[in-house]
Amino acid sequence: MTHLSSAGAAGIYHYDETDRRFLADRVEQFRRQVARRLSGALTEDEFKPIRLMNGLYLQLHAYMLRIAVPYGVLSSDQMRGLAAIGRRYDRGYGHFTTRQNLQFNWIKLVDVPQILADLAAIDMHAIQTSGNCIRNVTTDQFAGAVADEIVDPRVYAEILRQWSTLHPEFSFLPRKFKIAITGSDHDRAAIAIHDIGIRARRGAGGAVGFEILVGGGLGRSPFLGRRLADWVPEPDLLAYLEAILRIYNQYGRRDNIYKARIKILVHEVGVDRLREQIAAEFERIRGPHYRLDAGIVDAIRSHFAPPPFATLPAVSTALDQARREDPAFARWARSNLTPHQQPGYAAVTLSLKPTGGIPGDATSDQMEAVAALADRYSFGEIRVSHEQNLVLAHVRQDDLPALWRDLGPHGLDTANAGLVGDIISCPGLDYCALANARSIPLAQEISRRFADLDRQHRIGELKIKMSGCINACGHHHVGHIGILGVDKHGVETYQITIGGDATETAALGQVVGPAVGYDRVTDVVESLIALYLERRTDGERFIDTVARIGVGPFKEKVYGAAA
Amino acid sequence: MAQAGEVMKVVSANRLDTGTVVWLAAGDVWVERLAEAAVLGGAAAGAALARTQTTDAAGVVVVEPYLVDVTVAGCGPQPLRPRERIRARGPSVRPDLGIQGAGALA
Repeated sequence: MTHLSSAGAAGIYHYDETDRRFLADRVEQFRRQVARRLSGALTEDEFKPIRLMNGLYLQLHAYMLRIAVPYGVLSSDQMRGLAAIGRRYDRGYGHFTTRQNLQFNWIKLVDVPQILADLAAIDMHAIQTSGNCIRNVTTDQFAGAVADEIVDPRVYAEILRQWSTLHPEFSFLPRKFKIAITGSDHDRAAIAIHDIGIRARRGAGGAVGFEILVGGGLGRSPFLGRRLADWVPEPDLLAYLEAILRIYNQYGRRDNIYKARIKILVHEVGVDRLREQIAAEFERIRGPHYRLDAGIVDAIRSHFAPPPFATLPAVSTALDQARREDPAFARWARSNLTPHQQPGYAAVTLSLKPTGGIPGDATSDQMEAVAALADRYSFGEIRVSHEQNLVLAHVRQDDLPALWRDLGPHGLDTANAGLVGDIISCPGLDYCALANARSIPLAQEISRRFADLDRQHRIGELKIKMSGCINACGHHHVGHIGILGVDKHGVETYQITIGGDATETAALGQVVGPAVGYDRVTDVVESLIALYLERRTDGERFIDTVARIGVGPFKEKVYGAAA
Repeated sequence: MAQAGEVMKVVSANRLDTGTVVWLAAGDVWVERLAEAAVLGGAAAGAALARTQTTDAAGVVVVEPYLVDVTVAGCGPQPLRPRERIRARGPSVRPDLGIQGAGALA
């Protein structure tokens, strides 16, 4: 049963009555807690952990509410609900994050209980978007759609969401815990930089199993995940993850916040010894209680049944014609379309990176426009990518020219997905209380410098990722070009790395040279790209050239021969 | 009293109910304009911070009060660090938002 008007939407997990009752109770509980705080019955020290458990932070300018978008999937009704919250309680916009979530930056504490009630009415909440618990499980933004998919990861992401939500053992972990899952060989979910990374595979007879990575993470001590298991059969998935979390909960450090993530445990203990401990715990708890029953998997899978696709030819003559006749459309189609598993369809990336725009920001008007376009073109379903874009996952190729024309007036048609202008950027010092330097205005400046979209297309795939502090919310370590802002004696300064990679060939970037001032960053980025264009061979991407010739020539280009 | 060469300070916090950035002014009341903040030096800054743990005379409750280093120019106190300068005005990328957008900086 659902209280959402599904509007033909497929691929959305709808709450049942138990979910809804729980959420309603939780909202009322928090409403009373806020009232007690405002009355003075609760101190800030008592209240702070409570508000954080409900996703409410105090940031640089105001409260920030982080809303969970489970594995980045939204219905059009949910998007409309978020737009309404942004308009009524915030400043008419929200910020989509690298965790596939949405943040509102100007929230008042007195409004939060009603906001949570409004969220509950659209089957959403902000629980476990903060605190030392298992956070929103993230996945491939093209899940259930992309042609190279082996297993639909949404099914297992939802199972993990249910398993981890309010899990009594894992509500007070040594530190926050992030899980990502992919169902394709090409990793668009960045699983190697998560506490647990999961790659769903198929084995003999089509059985589903999982490769498990552990100990990935960025921040001040970046590590790529280490392979913990080659194959965990589907029925054992929860038992195995439970075993990992139990070992981490038992041995993870609680004496030093900077050494509390599981990546440090893996680093200090060693993956082989940790594997033995996890295996022992796994064998101890393995059994009916933790067994992931096929019936449960099938029930969850039914929520993600394919939408009612039409039977279409694999090649759309309307698409081909539009490509021939309109170079601007052809350019957009080249960068923003992803091949679909269903003949005659495509997955479409709606760039939230207009030239000079703020990466990941969307106005309430834009959210409503996307909701309407999702209803018209993509079965009422929307995805949020960890690269801070939106996706319409199931669009008829015949409809792509019309969709593109409809996107234009809303500023959502920028043809730059995966290119220089498609920059990941954390909020940085403009919003975040933890940041040391600004990131958004630099992203805007780089975007403007490369405003010529044809130039971006000639450069090709290039992922710039930028963070305003060492916490690395902008994933700078795995950017093809990574930019890290630091505060050097009260001056914003930026360290630049190259060669990072968040995919199945994951790598941490290497520092090019000494940090540079704010005013030099865009010039440095342009110099790095110029060197790449000078030295690339046919078909070689930026990171391929970096891998082939090394950092040295790039360093010399930026800092001169004496560097 | 401030000593020669001493870094001057103001006290800042956020309102509990709205999260709005506020500054401690003379008379221990919270105001939204940095220009109206009391600039303090030496022990006076620490003493002011110690007094701000509860409600002010107007009934305003704040959270997370702390000291901000400032210089004093013709237009009033100016934070030394980029973080505090942005916090005092609003996001540099959205001049329509924050106290700068409210036109209260003038």
